[in-house]
Amino acid sequence: MEKYDLIIRPKRHAFDINFKEIWAYRDLLKMFVKRDIITVYKQTILGPIWFVVQPILTTLIYMVVFGRIAQISTDGTPQILFYLAGITIWNYFSESFNKTATTFKENANIFGKVYFPRLIMPFAKVTSGLIKFGIQFAFFMIVYGYYLFTQEGAVQPNWSITLLPVYILLMAMFGLGTGIIFTSWTTKYRDLTFLLTFGVQLLMYASPVIYPVSTIEPGMMKDILMLNPFTPILEGFKYAFLGAGHFSWMSLGYSATVATVILFLGIIIFHKTERNFIDTV
Amino acid sequence: MSNTVIKIENLSKIYRLGEVGTGTLSHDLNRFVRMNILGQDDPYAKVGHVNDRTQKAEKGELVAALRDINLEVKEGEVLGIIGKNGAGKSTLLKLLSRVTSPTTGSIKVKGRLASLLEVGTGFHPEMTGRENIYMNGTIMGMRKWEIDRKLDEIVEFAGVAKYLDTPTKRYSSGMTVRLGFAIAAHLEPEILVVDEVLAVGDAEFQKKAIGKMQDVSQNQGRTVLFVSHNMGSIQHLCNGVTVMNNGSIIYRGTTDKGIEKYLNLNIGNTNKSLNERTDRKYSGRIKFQDINILNEQGIQIDQIPTGCAVSFRLKIQANTKVEKVGLRLLFVNTKGQTLFLCNNAYSSQLININKDLNIDCFIPKIPLPEGIYYLHLTAFSENGIEDDIEFVKEIQIISGNFFETGKTPVLKEGLFVDHHFEIDNGK
Repeated sequence: MEKYDLIIRPKRHAFDINFKEIWAYRDLLKMFVKRDIITVYKQTILGPIWFVVQPILTTLIYMVVFGRIAQISTDGTPQILFYLAGITIWNYFSESFNKTATTFKENANIFGKVYFPRLIMPFAKVTSGLIKFGIQFAFFMIVYGYYLFTQEGAVQPNWSITLLPVYILLMAMFGLGTGIIFTSWTTKYRDLTFLLTFGVQLLMYASPVIYPVSTIEPGMMKDILMLNPFTPILEGFKYAFLGAGHFSWMSLGYSATVATVILFLGIIIFHKTERNFIDTV
Repeated sequence: MSNTVIKIENLSKIYRLGEVGTGTLSHDLNRFVRMNILGQDDPYAKVGHVNDRTQKAEKGELVAALRDINLEVKEGEVLGIIGKNGAGKSTLLKLLSRVTSPTTGSIKVKGRLASLLEVGTGFHPEMTGRENIYMNGTIMGMRKWEIDRKLDEIVEFAGVAKYLDTPTKRYSSGMTVRLGFAIAAHLEPEILVVDEVLAVGDAEFQKKAIGKMQDVSQNQGRTVLFVSHNMGSIQHLCNGVTVMNNGSIIYRGTTDKGIEKYLNLNIGNTNKSLNERTDRKYSGRIKFQDINILNEQGIQIDQIPTGCAVSFRLKIQANTKVEKVGLRLLFVNTKGQTLFLCNNAYSSQLININKDLNIDCFIPKIPLPEGIYYLHLTAFSENGIEDDIEFVKEIQIISGNFFETGKTPVLKEGLFVDHHFEIDNGK
């Protein structure tokens, strides 16, 4: 039997994902990230500044609507910090989701011309999303620093700040997992794209971004909220920096499990779609 | 010594005509509910289409773009793949490039295979030449250190040293193509699959590109698969060809024999009405419906005397408004070699087409010697090819009075050109 380096066959089963190959293409991942950065920075001088404008304006609106008018509690923490914290971490998820959810549509041309492990593309989007997150997070840290040093006792950071990388990783996993499931489905069902626009928005209101879990009375509502896998991340993030919120290893473990399952499912579905996607566009 | 480097066994690719689903979730749900729960007919079945589920396979829904292909390619071979539009060449290339996967069968490959369905994939206009070299190189599977090592060679080959740190949006289109090809040429794969990318770029660069391909195959013993419509470059480059027709390989052997087979295959087509031809690349926006040859008096003729003034009247159907359309008429001889072309993109202006039109291509003096010729027709716009048909028409040229002297030499091949002689009286 002669030895061949590459065998192209019709059916690869669902779990036959070549991670070794993805690793071999790691330079491509870096280039895609670099391309994202270059194109964002070169298009406008103010490029990265817009990243900060959005959270500022959103925070102001939330302060007026939810803080002033609806008078929703922020657990005794400064409103501006509470909203900004929620928006910053949530944005990383929504950014990752939005960017990866259009993978097939946006790259139909390039996918039709050359082969590379398709997963590189959404991976790159989530990675370059870290830059935007980094800028927004830096802005959050500036505001946070102001409260930390001038207003004694307004915020109580604690040891769980060290879990920050875990929270970021989990948000990345959720964004990537849901995003690639979505992009796989939209290759077949175009009308799902409509969900994209308001789905994330709805999800945000179903998650404790602009309200703390503590405002919800124990009961069914609270149980449902605790089932939301985003709850432990959002609450944990606020707990770490502001000292108000809810943290338990149990719920964090739950969130991590859901994230892993979604990402795993996402990779399988994505993988199944990528094989013949180009025939349907 | 001659190792098999590509082994294709029983390869088929089946496409479903239309979408797999109806394309939207609500339609699919609707169909599912009506068919399986309410027991009604498929609400989205095409009108006039017998919806017989017992004959699923013969319903005409499935089309085999490739049917049971078997092919072996030896190391160091330069294999030309020829065939009409729709013969399955592109599908074969797509499968080889792993852009899509086969329905049955397998392709086994020894060594690194790089395919060039396009040059400069992944180029971003905002990025500099240097950045784009890395971008495109890594997309094609090179590692960063490999590109580092070859950077100087690539830059020299493309001739863009001066503009290396300029964004490629400031490059001319020729420069961009050159850069793209330069990267591809330095991939150093054991097997290179090329799809007519040589058709672009200026003459000097084409020569360079063809030289590089020859160098790659002859001096480095690499294997090249080359798809082209240009029989001239096939003849020049390849040491073997395979002819495809209707998704199957009908010939595999020497270049000359293969080209002959291919031409014979096409000749039968020229009798068909243009409107009914399906072997075309077609965007669906504008369509060639008919072509007629008219003499100076506007009377339709079948035979053209050499040197006669003729118009080729193209009847074009516009399904939508298409701007800046270029029309190309390519005249080839019975060996498939291009003799000359008419292209409004160069000789006059691009045309905006927003309704059905007749467009005349006027040739004041047809330069072809007596014999049989064929015409290829292409319409293109900024979006690429809009309609393309090969062997549109057989053109019969009869002996005529080219020089208006009543004397016409017998030419077996080549073209007549207007000229005159003058005696230099010396100053």
